[in-house]
Amino acid sequence: MSEVAIKNLTLNFGPQHPAAHGVLRLVLEMDGEVVERADPHIGLLHRGTEKLIEYKTYLQAVPYFDRLDYVSPMCQEHAYALAVERLLGIEVPERGQYIRVLFSEITRILNHIMNLTTYALDVGAMTPLLWGFEERERMMEFYERVSGARLHAAYFRPGGVHQDLPPGLVEDIYDFCETYPKFLDDMETLLTENRIFKQRTVDIGVFTAEEAMDWGMTGPMLRASGVPWDLRKSQPYDVYDRMDFDVPVGKTGDCYARYLIRVEEMRQSLRIIKQCLDELPDGPVMTQNHKLTPPRRGEMKHSMEALIHHFKLYTEGYHVPAGETYTAVEAPKGEFGVYVVADGTNRPYKCKIRAPGFAFMQALAPLSKGHMLADVPAIIGSMDIVFGEVDR
Amino acid sequence: MDEALNDLGVYIAAALPQDVIDTTVANGELVVHARMHTVVKLLTFLRDDSNCLFKVLLDITAVDRPEREERFEVVYILLSLSQNQRIKVKISVGEDVAVPTASKVFSAANWSERETWDMYGIYFSDHPDLRRILTDYGFEGHPLRKDFPLTGRVEVRYDETQKRVVYDPVKLTQDFRSFDFLSPWEGMTDVLPGDEKATADEEEEGEGA
Repeated sequence: MSEVAIKNLTLNFGPQHPAAHGVLRLVLEMDGEVVERADPHIGLLHRGTEKLIEYKTYLQAVPYFDRLDYVSPMCQEHAYALAVERLLGIEVPERGQYIRVLFSEITRILNHIMNLTTYALDVGAMTPLLWGFEERERMMEFYERVSGARLHAAYFRPGGVHQDLPPGLVEDIYDFCETYPKFLDDMETLLTENRIFKQRTVDIGVFTAEEAMDWGMTGPMLRASGVPWDLRKSQPYDVYDRMDFDVPVGKTGDCYARYLIRVEEMRQSLRIIKQCLDELPDGPVMTQNHKLTPPRRGEMKHSMEALIHHFKLYTEGYHVPAGETYTAVEAPKGEFGVYVVADGTNRPYKCKIRAPGFAFMQALAPLSKGHMLADVPAIIGSMDIVFGEVDR
Repeated sequence: MDEALNDLGVYIAAALPQDVIDTTVANGELVVHARMHTVVKLLTFLRDDSNCLFKVLLDITAVDRPEREERFEVVYILLSLSQNQRIKVKISVGEDVAVPTASKVFSAANWSERETWDMYGIYFSDHPDLRRILTDYGFEGHPLRKDFPLTGRVEVRYDETQKRVVYDPVKLTQDFRSFDFLSPWEGMTDVLPGDEKATADEEEEGEGA
């Protein structure tokens, strides 16, 4: 019998694929059912955010950050606000800092619900999604009550947060913290010891600690490989240094470890939220320097100076002294950094956005090599990819 | 914090005097200005030296300053987990110069360099796979250069007769409006006419007292 040469098959995954979590075109070179090489083609959602920011004032740039990783908007505003504050050299009042930490952690839960439940859906479990999105909706209501928008909040601004919490919100968030662990327990009974879920995730997409660092992993992807690294602990910003919480660290570096870490992070986030609510001080939520932050509308009705400030801030904006900074926060996905170069005018000279997902997407090739085709969606899901931030 | 960064900067400059031009600490962040040709050596040193251990390359990007002779500044942003420090390495690059690739030192550099090539047109020599990454297939130009228009040069539409997407030059129904919001009062740095009298008085008083 003559020998038959078998050619590798090139498979196109996407650009429209429900397990790609967005628009990803993945060119896979398959040897039978085994992935030989994965070549992600990204950029299908590229909107030129960085270029647009160069043409906007510092305040006008804030909403662009909501639209990067659209499941965790406030954490990205946080990075930008901290970067501009560092360039301006201003401090945020204590109440503003507490509210920021509070909403950063609400955002973390929001993001992890989205990730874990859709991940479960990718590997065959539908119920967590249906349960989780109910909880997610409750939290988006908190977003809405505080900023007026469920998703694109534009709430954290350089100098603090835009508005104080409305009456009754603190109590409602507290109630939510009381009931939320029940959902987490229920979700865990469906997934954590589930045989099918474990078969799909254990020992899939393994990174050692050295590899994870080499490929620029941050956040849960890095911690799953056994590296205890969390910016909220190691380089605390705002009032994270006053919070008492633990950082879960994985051992195996596989998809299952990433799942477990995210579940535990949600429980820790609840702890932080409760501490914020308990300790929430009184006072202003925004820097009271009206050369940088707008006056209240009531003041504008009788103060000429307030009116001038308002007009100047919303036309010209404030000037940021020349300089540059790279400021990062621990976003739910990993280290989200903003590299701002200021030239002394009212617009950023350059604003580079360092998105954690960009590095994760790159690591898909080494992670999926040698795995089955069906493992690729499991790996993509465990990386927590959102294309808004990968493509920018 | 700043002191530790200063010490680190001095240490790096002393270890590699040929490759480091100078080190500065600004806004609590350490910046190392390096020479382009030996930047890979510097990055390897930063990764492996026991006092540095900058094992995570977070990003590579560039700043375009067309008024300079070497218009680009390539910036490497590094993080050390064991030292809990960040560092930025900067090199100046002209338009037609190839920067040696860092992808042999950090795997993460691969895509960051592709992005820098795509956005700024900075060429990286010996890069394993220097394709465009974020822009469209067949895109021309480098969008983040300061001389690239915000609106781009082409726009796409679906052509019903040809049954495919076609590219047309951008047609704006209204000119792109770039407002100059800079206040003449705050932007003014020169001395206003008559100001010299005010300071002259003070000086005289100072001398008299």
